[in-house]
Amino acid sequence: MAEPTRTDVLIVGAGPVGLFAVFQLGLFDMRCHLVDILDRPGGQCAELYPEKPIYDIPGYPMISAQGLVDRLMEQIAPFTPGFTFNRMVTALERLEDGGFRVTTDENEVFEARVVVIAAGGGSFQPKRPPIPGIEAYEGGSVFYSVRRMEAFRGEKVLIVGGGDSALDWTLNLQPVAESVTLVHRRPEFRAAPDSVNKMYALQEMKQLEFLVGQVTGLHGGDGKLTAATVKGPDGEVEVPCTRLLPFFGLTMKLGPVADWGLNLHENLIPVDTEKFETSEPGIFAIGDINWYPGKLKLILSGFHEAALMAQAAKRIVSPGERIVFQYTTSSTSLQKKLGVA
Amino acid sequence: MTKLTFVAFDGTRFEVDAENGSTVMENAIRNAVPGIEAECGGACACATCHVYVDEAWTGVVGEPEAMEEDMLDFAYEVRPNSRLSCQIKVRDELDGLVVSVPERQG
Repeated sequence: MAEPTRTDVLIVGAGPVGLFAVFQLGLFDMRCHLVDILDRPGGQCAELYPEKPIYDIPGYPMISAQGLVDRLMEQIAPFTPGFTFNRMVTALERLEDGGFRVTTDENEVFEARVVVIAAGGGSFQPKRPPIPGIEAYEGGSVFYSVRRMEAFRGEKVLIVGGGDSALDWTLNLQPVAESVTLVHRRPEFRAAPDSVNKMYALQEMKQLEFLVGQVTGLHGGDGKLTAATVKGPDGEVEVPCTRLLPFFGLTMKLGPVADWGLNLHENLIPVDTEKFETSEPGIFAIGDINWYPGKLKLILSGFHEAALMAQAAKRIVSPGERIVFQYTTSSTSLQKKLGVA
Repeated sequence: MTKLTFVAFDGTRFEVDAENGSTVMENAIRNAVPGIEAECGGACACATCHVYVDEAWTGVVGEPEAMEEDMLDFAYEVRPNSRLSCQIKVRDELDGLVVSVPERQG
């Protein structure tokens, strides 16, 4: 097993609430490490609506979602948090000393005194397209990402989608695969125009095939795909294929959080409203993922929850230490931590 | 007030009074129309408020803009009369509008 990374607080999720928790915990000298399934901080703000305006952040009549994330990153920079991106936390177990061991899907291990679940609507995972029977081929012939291009060498690859992932992999796998067919429901693409032009050029040279339509059925057996039915404007065609790569964007799923032995309430984690602690002492849940009477899924509610959680977390990380309530405006000790005094 | 009718996948009809300026999606959520999820809350970022506009109304409702058309790529069983209901603003001309909810959201 890999040498664990030790930290005071392990935060699951680097959305706005997870980021602000770093600030509140940092004021109490707790070191934080964040793990997120996306490749950058910001959670839904970064993934779903970076350019959209938010109107209910106190002090900002209007701020874009990405703008808010950028400001939060700036605000927590003095506390130099650790980040691990592109990873899903898969396992959470309590250690004998009362702390926690957290493991990711790539087997990185973290040990922390406190775990804060700030996972929002859950982890972003690739959307499964509504093709009947697709589950049976997953892992063998159907993949939602390309980890190793070699796995596609000599295969008949069918790629579905119209964004950058679909176009990039169409172009990247074309020289490797026996054949590549791209299917999209319309001739316009969301992908970079340059990739689209390259794809059409390869189609012109008969190096790949592009079909307008939707995949409606899969054929094969024993988890091995042999063909797919594509329904287009001129009817149905059967396309021979041994690999299917659907790129239908991301959706949010609670994921492994459900297996950590916490009480759940309609896929949310119930917490108390004094400490925002879960049914397991030392594990807190803040932001959209928690539930309590009167809960509102607002970023500002998550910020409040982070502040109260930090007080309780401090008692666990530094037992017996007196917690002094201070204002950043007037406390020189807090200002030193922020690097402004 | 503008009257809207939602037809759920099982055929149940929901007739609601909608305020002009609100979105068709908001009215579905307020009236708990089954099958409209609106995961992203109306930011045109998720394609889970997909509806089919009744054929008689497609001309009045109009075509999706480019961003919505892009997002429709993620919806389930997209048809020529598909729209994301968060992108349809209620106005006087839509009085009587009928939209149907698909079998599932993407």
